[in-house]
Amino acid sequence: MLNRYETVFILTPVLSEDQMKEAVNKFRGLIEKSETAKIIHEEKWGLKKLAYPIQKKSTGFYHLFEFEAEGSFIKDYEVAFKRDERILRFLTVKLDKHAIAYNEKKRAAKEKIEELA
Amino acid sequence: MATSSEIRYLTPIAVDTKRKKYCRFKKSGIKYIDYKDANFLMKFVNEQGKILPRRLTGTSLKYQKKVAQAVKRARHIALMPYVGDLLK
Repeated sequence: MLNRYETVFILTPVLSEDQMKEAVNKFRGLIEKSETAKIIHEEKWGLKKLAYPIQKKSTGFYHLFEFEAEGSFIKDYEVAFKRDERILRFLTVKLDKHAIAYNEKKRAAKEKIEELA
Repeated sequence: MATSSEIRYLTPIAVDTKRKKYCRFKKSGIKYIDYKDANFLMKFVNEQGKILPRRLTGTSLKYQKKVAQAVKRARHIALMPYVGDLLK
């Protein structure tokens, strides 16, 4: 059975623009490579200030993936995050039906604003 | 000395009538509390970043659990501090 998940991760701010893209591509690739999983949505929040220092860094690049996957995929995916030293923090959450509705509504509203602009 | 029964007022004195607390999520029909929205979650923590009890906010048990979960997730990804002072 496929579930909807959402992963937010923070990359170290010491990376250059290209290195950052490379890291993001790596984790996007992991989802695309798997047979069942597929990406629904992606968000780049960019460089943000952290609420508290992590590994003595006060800023970080935030990135978000929303995807559909088998439950068993998550374990391997999180191991990949743990092994990568460019990742400061990551959080994967399973989305329930209310969360999916909320995200889709938010995206629809955003698109509408962009249309008007 | 005048006893309380003898005192009469021309206009009713202003007594703080207790306003009934209500759950804002139930009232406005919010089903999902987004952990990515740190500004909104700030309403549910005190100046030190501690989660406020539902005794104070009036949130129903069902949604207090969700608020707590969202605040904890926001803290993990450094959108909100675990400890702080003068947040407000």
